[in-house]
Amino acid sequence: MAATSTIVPSAGPTVSSRSFLSRLRDGDEIARLVTFLFAASVVLVTLLIVYELWLGSVLPRHKFGFAFFRTSVWDPVFEEFGALPFIYGTLVTSAVALLIAVPLGIGAAIFLAELAPARVSDTLEFFIDLLAAVPSVIYGVLGIFIIVPLMREHIQPALKDTLGFLPIFKGPGYGIGLLTAGIVLAIMVIPYIISVSREVLLSVPRDQREAALALGSTRWESTWKVVVPFARTGIMGSIFLALARALGETMAVTMVIGNTPLISASLFSPGDSIASVIASQFKEATGDLYTQSLIELGLVLFLLTFILNGLARLLIVVTSQRGSGTRNA
Amino acid sequence: MKRFAAVLFGTLGLAAFFVARAALSITGAGATFPYPMYSKWFDEYHKKDSNIEINYQSIGSGGGIKQVTEGTVDFGASDGPMNDDQLKAYQDKHGFPILHFPTVLGADVPTYNIPGVTQELNFTQDALAGIFLGKITKWNDPAITSSNKGVNLPANDILVVHRAEGSGTTYIWTDYLSKISEEWKTKVGKATAVKWPVGLGGQGNEGVSGLIKQTPNSFGYVELIYAIQNKMPYGRVRNSSGEFIKADLASVTAAAAGAAKNMPDDFRVSITDAPGKAAYPISSFTWLLIPSKIPDAGKRDAIKGFVKWALADGQNLVESLSYAKLPKEVVAKETKALDMIQ
Repeated sequence: MAATSTIVPSAGPTVSSRSFLSRLRDGDEIARLVTFLFAASVVLVTLLIVYELWLGSVLPRHKFGFAFFRTSVWDPVFEEFGALPFIYGTLVTSAVALLIAVPLGIGAAIFLAELAPARVSDTLEFFIDLLAAVPSVIYGVLGIFIIVPLMREHIQPALKDTLGFLPIFKGPGYGIGLLTAGIVLAIMVIPYIISVSREVLLSVPRDQREAALALGSTRWESTWKVVVPFARTGIMGSIFLALARALGETMAVTMVIGNTPLISASLFSPGDSIASVIASQFKEATGDLYTQSLIELGLVLFLLTFILNGLARLLIVVTSQRGSGTRNA
Repeated sequence: MKRFAAVLFGTLGLAAFFVARAALSITGAGATFPYPMYSKWFDEYHKKDSNIEINYQSIGSGGGIKQVTEGTVDFGASDGPMNDDQLKAYQDKHGFPILHFPTVLGADVPTYNIPGVTQELNFTQDALAGIFLGKITKWNDPAITSSNKGVNLPANDILVVHRAEGSGTTYIWTDYLSKISEEWKTKVGKATAVKWPVGLGGQGNEGVSGLIKQTPNSFGYVELIYAIQNKMPYGRVRNSSGEFIKADLASVTAAAAGAAKNMPDDFRVSITDAPGKAAYPISSFTWLLIPSKIPDAGKRDAIKGFVKWALADGQNLVESLSYAKLPKEVVAKETKALDMIQ
């Protein structure tokens, strides 16, 4: 009974406005307005976030100014705060993640979209979507109990034996640290790259492939030289989605990164990222300067994401102007 | 559809019934460490007096202090006492002071993983401070071996593990180190999170213990309850009387009893490095933060009634959850202080 009575009043205005809509070009105008409001709300939320972060970080902005960006001390007791080690950790772990995830992800997407039979492709896609939905804390737990011991006992000693002369593989390997955080992030973002890239590759028009094949190219040549360059913008989109996810990841990173604000050339060294330090310290932060410095870190992360996104757009514009296919010419 | 509606109304009705029955709802927020104890207490107290329902959010000590200062909750809870600035901020905002009431006791224990060493190690003050300052870097350092005769400690590097996130556990640990080491006090200090001279950060008690279990030659600290519940090995610590004491519920209560003689009237006291032969030195109270003026008479009586009960009958439930009881002296003093809430 209750259910029907709630439907009637809500159906009322729709019925009466339908005649109103038809006067407005069959509702085009209304649809435009409504969807515009939805789109505008995204901008509004973004601006509100920046506004709140700006407002919430008055104290450290006045006290530290731009020194906040180049100080590497983070001392809650003596209230000295700097963002540099966290910026460094965020960039390094995200870079490691992309270095691993991009070739793997795109390779897998090419296989799924171009080479695998449709049934295999669809089944695998199901599992990939499943992976994308796993909560990050689960990846963190997997990181601690599986990847960290693996890193400490096998991967790090092996890297040291073979590539130990490189500064990035020097120092003691505890299992946790920047490299491990990067690997966990890579596992987390690969599903995004595969899933989006596969869709983009599948949407490349059939005649592109047929034209390449008709000109006598092999299956692989048509894929690598025609289909992939055609889908390049979309594939890059998937990479930037992955990057955004990696930059902002909290739980999985904080569980394996070592949580030490250090700047070290070695990837074995523990570090910390912006999102990770906010997640771990905000809850128990006391004192206004401390709390506000964490909020300013949020602002820094926002800025970082903004800059990287801007660069990404620029990259897309530049590469798409060169035209597809020229890269391999 | 009809059936769905009936179920919906039934549920709503049932909920309304319970809401109406719990005539008085009191909200609190703060420390996570005593949360299992508090939720048990609130539950038991609700059984005793079904008119009173206490909701507690374990959002962390910092959050508890913030919320009670903002006035969004009826009481707060914290693992570290509020500092003078925070007390002043509260007084300025509300026009009356806030009161501290110790409820139970907790402790931190040093835990380690040294391959081949199964004995319980003894730690002197100098050894603990030295390791955490990064001055003692090997397990066979004389500062450690001198108090562990007969234990074959290896010449391996010590890997220090500490809590990554801000926590009451870290507050107790750093408060203790600040008391026993002048260098720690001036260089690092005490807080829920500090700038660690050495080591790796693990997330939560689980993160720290996970790292220690996995990593040979590691050393760190966890909450006593956590160590007991997970059957982790932990060492003895030398107290101010020169005795090596293993943390357990009795030795933690002894630390509070040792401190009770000099208990200030506002109960804001650190009991790390407490006097007394049997006192475990890395112990601490955890506090409820209650406004000294509660205009709503019903709420006032309910809160006072609850605290009174928690200090008396409530203390009998404490040890079943591995918390240490308050010593009698403190209970007596607190019961008197309850009259200050008006």
